[in-house]
Amino acid sequence: MIATAWLVAGKDLRIEWRSRVLAWQVVPFGVMALVLSGLALGPTRAGHSSAAPGLFYLVVLLVTLLAINRSQAIERTPGTRASVATLGLDPAGVFLGKTIALAVELWVIGAVLLAGTVLFLHTALAGSLTAVPSLVLTLGALAAAGTLYGALTGEGAGPATLLPVLALPAFAPLLIAGERAFSAALAGGSPWEWWVITLVALVAYLAIGVLLYGVLEES
Amino acid sequence: MTAKFVAELEDAVVIAGGFPLLAGVTMRLEPGTLTVVVGANGAGKTSLLRLLAGLDQLTSGTGVVAGVDLARGDRRLLRRRVGWLGHEGSFYDDLSVEENLHFAARALSRPIADVAPALERVGLAQRASAPARRLSAGQRRRLALAWLLVRRPEIWLLDEPYASLDDAARDLLDDLLVDVVGAGATVVASAHDPLRSEQPRVTLTLAGGRVVATS
Repeated sequence: MIATAWLVAGKDLRIEWRSRVLAWQVVPFGVMALVLSGLALGPTRAGHSSAAPGLFYLVVLLVTLLAINRSQAIERTPGTRASVATLGLDPAGVFLGKTIALAVELWVIGAVLLAGTVLFLHTALAGSLTAVPSLVLTLGALAAAGTLYGALTGEGAGPATLLPVLALPAFAPLLIAGERAFSAALAGGSPWEWWVITLVALVAYLAIGVLLYGVLEES
Repeated sequence: MTAKFVAELEDAVVIAGGFPLLAGVTMRLEPGTLTVVVGANGAGKTSLLRLLAGLDQLTSGTGVVAGVDLARGDRRLLRRRVGWLGHEGSFYDDLSVEENLHFAARALSRPIADVAPALERVGLAQRASAPARRLSAGQRRRLALAWLLVRRPEIWLLDEPYASLDDAARDLLDDLLVDVVGAGATVVASAHDPLRSEQPRVTLTLAGGRVVATS
């Protein structure tokens, strides 16, 4: 399972590095969304600080959905799907590999968006850096849940339309916990209590994915 | 299934979206043989190959391929033992030719050293570092054949293998089939046109999702 996970993760990351889809499509979209959010809030820094965590995670939600669709689309070319299916890869390893690759991609995007939040929404640099561990955990949990729900929504036009509807209840607790942790970090409080929710969700989604990804693929 | 047959279908039915893709196929494949499946568009050639590959679910009837029961067995075990050459590309477009083959080799624990000879055999050695998306249709078919060479499956399932191939590549495929069958693998190929290879073969004619003639 572990060998398959690294094989799949390496393949997904290499494909992303070559295609630059996230770099040229998803990241600019996220940065633009932050810029527009900053313009909508106006020049008052105080308003920015209180709204920034929520806006940041709203943008994270949007780019996460795009990244999940991209991650699933790699496997959905009909010929590729059939040929890779005949490799008989361990589905648990495939799930973990795709989760790892998606998490790495989201961490990179998250770092860019966090810098954008400091620049365009004027959040305090120290507070934003304090929020990094919770952001890493939240994006990892989103990657696990996203890989699971990405497989659940099937192929064809399904993922683009079904994914946001199906995944939102799963994403909501993660996004709320992430936003609360970010707000607490900016206010100088302790963000740790929100980590428990995120950590539990991460472990749960990883366990469910390892157990059920094969069933989802077959269906 | 008796040990004599590598695949045996009895009244096999496959239904997808309420439409019968296969409407009761009965057939047997002996190991180390070449079987050609012919028939008009929509006769069920691709569906039969997909069933043999464990890619599609058997709706009714019985079927055993490479010792795996198609109705109750773990079809993932079967898939590891078959090689599939479909209509479309069989690989990741953003990876290079070589990287695609490395991925397949690693997935099946085959030696990476097998990649270079496979590329040489199909005439793609000079394009090893090119992204798969930059290949012509014929080169993509060659890459798909190299993928199969690296995999060395027990059962080769080739859907319209001559499509997009020029004469040189068709000769290459013919030679390959001789070697593969000679080495004991079982090959099933669908074709609109008569297969060029002079090898002895069994020909199954499909119509309406059924085998209507065997020769």
